[in-house]
Amino acid sequence: MAFNLIRKLMLSSVFCFTATAVSAETFVFTAIPDEDETKLVERFRGVADYLSEQLDVDVRYVPVKSYAAAISAFRNNQVQLAWFGGLSGVQARRLVSGSEAIAQGVEDEAFQTYFIANTNTKIEPADKLSDLKSQLKGKTFTFGSKGSTSGRLMPEFYVRDTFDAKPEDVFSRVGFSGNHTRTLRLVEAGTYDVGALNFKVWDKELGDGNVDTDAVQIIWKTPTYPDYQWTIRGDVNKRFGDGFKQRVTEALLNLNDPELLESFPRSGFIPASNDDYEPIRKTAEEIGILD
Amino acid sequence: MFSSPTVRTSFIFLAIALVGLLFADIAITASNPWQDLGNFFLGIITPNFFSSEGLMTALLRTVAFAFVGVALGSIAGFLLALVYRSLPVRIFCAFIRAIHELFWALIFLQFFGFHPLTGVLAIAIPYAGIFAKVYSEILEEVDPEPGRVLPPGTGNITAFLYARIPDCWVKIRTYTAYRLECGLRSSAILGFVGLPTLGFYLEASFSQGLYSDAGAMLILFYVLIATMPLWVKPKLLPVYVLGAPFFLGEGLPIVWGNVQRFFTEDIVPAPLRNGEGLAGLTPWLNDLMINQAVPGIWNTIVLTQIALVASGILSLLAFPLISNHFGGPLRRNAGHVVLVIARSTPEYILAYILLQLWGPSMLPAVVALALHNGGIIGHLIGRQTNSLNLRADAPTGFDRYSWELVPRVYRSFLAFLFYRWEIIMRETAILGILGIYTLGFYVDSAIQNIRFDRAMVLILITALLNIGVDTIGRYIRRKLALQTMPTC
Repeated sequence: MAFNLIRKLMLSSVFCFTATAVSAETFVFTAIPDEDETKLVERFRGVADYLSEQLDVDVRYVPVKSYAAAISAFRNNQVQLAWFGGLSGVQARRLVSGSEAIAQGVEDEAFQTYFIANTNTKIEPADKLSDLKSQLKGKTFTFGSKGSTSGRLMPEFYVRDTFDAKPEDVFSRVGFSGNHTRTLRLVEAGTYDVGALNFKVWDKELGDGNVDTDAVQIIWKTPTYPDYQWTIRGDVNKRFGDGFKQRVTEALLNLNDPELLESFPRSGFIPASNDDYEPIRKTAEEIGILD
Repeated sequence: MFSSPTVRTSFIFLAIALVGLLFADIAITASNPWQDLGNFFLGIITPNFFSSEGLMTALLRTVAFAFVGVALGSIAGFLLALVYRSLPVRIFCAFIRAIHELFWALIFLQFFGFHPLTGVLAIAIPYAGIFAKVYSEILEEVDPEPGRVLPPGTGNITAFLYARIPDCWVKIRTYTAYRLECGLRSSAILGFVGLPTLGFYLEASFSQGLYSDAGAMLILFYVLIATMPLWVKPKLLPVYVLGAPFFLGEGLPIVWGNVQRFFTEDIVPAPLRNGEGLAGLTPWLNDLMINQAVPGIWNTIVLTQIALVASGILSLLAFPLISNHFGGPLRRNAGHVVLVIARSTPEYILAYILLQLWGPSMLPAVVALALHNGGIIGHLIGRQTNSLNLRADAPTGFDRYSWELVPRVYRSFLAFLFYRWEIIMRETAILGILGIYTLGFYVDSAIQNIRFDRAMVLILITALLNIGVDTIGRYIRRKLALQTMPTC
């Protein structure tokens, strides 16, 4: 009986798995989960519809739970296109030879991280991080995700640069909130004194009236650096036909639906190349995130 | 009093936990934790069942993954149980069950990706290790008499099926059904790493503060578990098991080249991969041990010991809730509900909720582990007191509790607690993924940085730590002559 059961089980699972293989020619993309999931799903379903219309293939967006999961899915060829941050893009392109950064947001050429503080800390905004040295020491601090560029890599770089010490040695408690929206909420609520987040997320939340400015304020802005970009696998032409990569690139660059752009929020997309992200790679190597 | 070895052991563990508290990071860092907690309970009593289109699908997937995972695990476990006498098999089983489902899922995610196989194997593999152990114990206890009276020349398989299985079939069935409940919990939390089960939506709702949505999901999950006796019927089981694979969802297709790459490149330590040879391996390993493994091990042990004692205290306080020796039926029923909720909520979800509300420290983890494990043990010993008959003139109230009941159930209480020691440690390690600095934190960090070589070494260390604690736990139970049945 047991054997019978195994046989049936194996048969049915084989059936189940082959059923999935049929839909393999769908063009699948993902994005790093840097914001609240509802927003991401809404935004990228819009992108999927747009791309599907432009490219004339089925396009599917798959939400993931971590930056690493987005990179792994890209590397494993389960997704062929991804909206990465600076660091995750560098990591992904190192792992997949032939993959290319094809488009970035207009704002991504000169991206920034904002350091924000709960107003109860009485920390006043400053032009230089070194001016805040004594006030920041011993406070609690949260990054965004462990793999984030604006939420972890750049703020950690500037903290190390300014204090000449690891964040753990500067702050009394160091956390990883998970994403930028959560960093904002946690600092606003006072769970952490200070946090670092993506400036676009801050601006958008502020514009939408979702920030209690009596409870939280910007205390320092980093110098600019390159960030988010669309990265595509090198082997898509083989799978989806000649010139497919070019068509995807054009579709992204031509994306001008104001509502969709607003959801990113970016004013438009411009061409990008792998070399644009050299500064990110160097920074990541410097603080030991990349080997 | 201290002459009794059980009491002495209890106080030693209490002392260790108190010392641990000195080193532990226990704090509420949120500025308005009680308001958040209030909002959360408000969400629970105003559940929104229509929040997400995916909710029903998620529930279905949670059940499907549990059925397929537990079915495969029990079949594999049964086969392993037949050869469990062999030492390599025992070590193998101890090893695969020492690695938590979530760690297995994180490993499989790296090469199977979001394919149903990832979730199924993440449940089936550790469960196979547990099933093998428990099934073999059950088979060993079978009365040998029927086997001896079989006519000479009876084949091995026939003898096994006719003389051994009938005697323990009920036990095997009960345990497997019990394990299915554990499987549902495991399946639900797999969503936290991205599989399409309940945890996926629970995480999304919680992190956005949508407590009514999260409340609805939790309530549905409790209902699912509480009604198991109604819908898990022996006759329906084959239907469920055969049907479940069709409801796992599509996921994304597996690319087999990834599997090979994972084993031949990704998990090879970086210095070896880059051709630096053994000379490069020592500094690599040193760095890993000093900066990640040692702090991880330390925090894991400290948190485990505190949570173990807290679970014990809580279960001693909780068992009167369902004991026949106290209160009326109304209070007992309410007690049952409280304990069902405490033990049906996976520690991981409890810890996640409390971390959101109280901010990061070891406190949410301790409370979560204590609530869940205290709920389980409290339920078991509470039930046990119901089979005790006290004298008609036995004292009542607190005297009855402290002089009649606690001494009578104390040994089995300790047995359950030490049995769960290893389970608590396995959970403690995994809670690191949520941001508490136990081993799971460093495993997750390594994975986030795409350094699977480091992640694998840390997972290996976690497994060895679990095996070590399991061995000490068994030694203590043997030394104190404590016997117990398995729990999960």
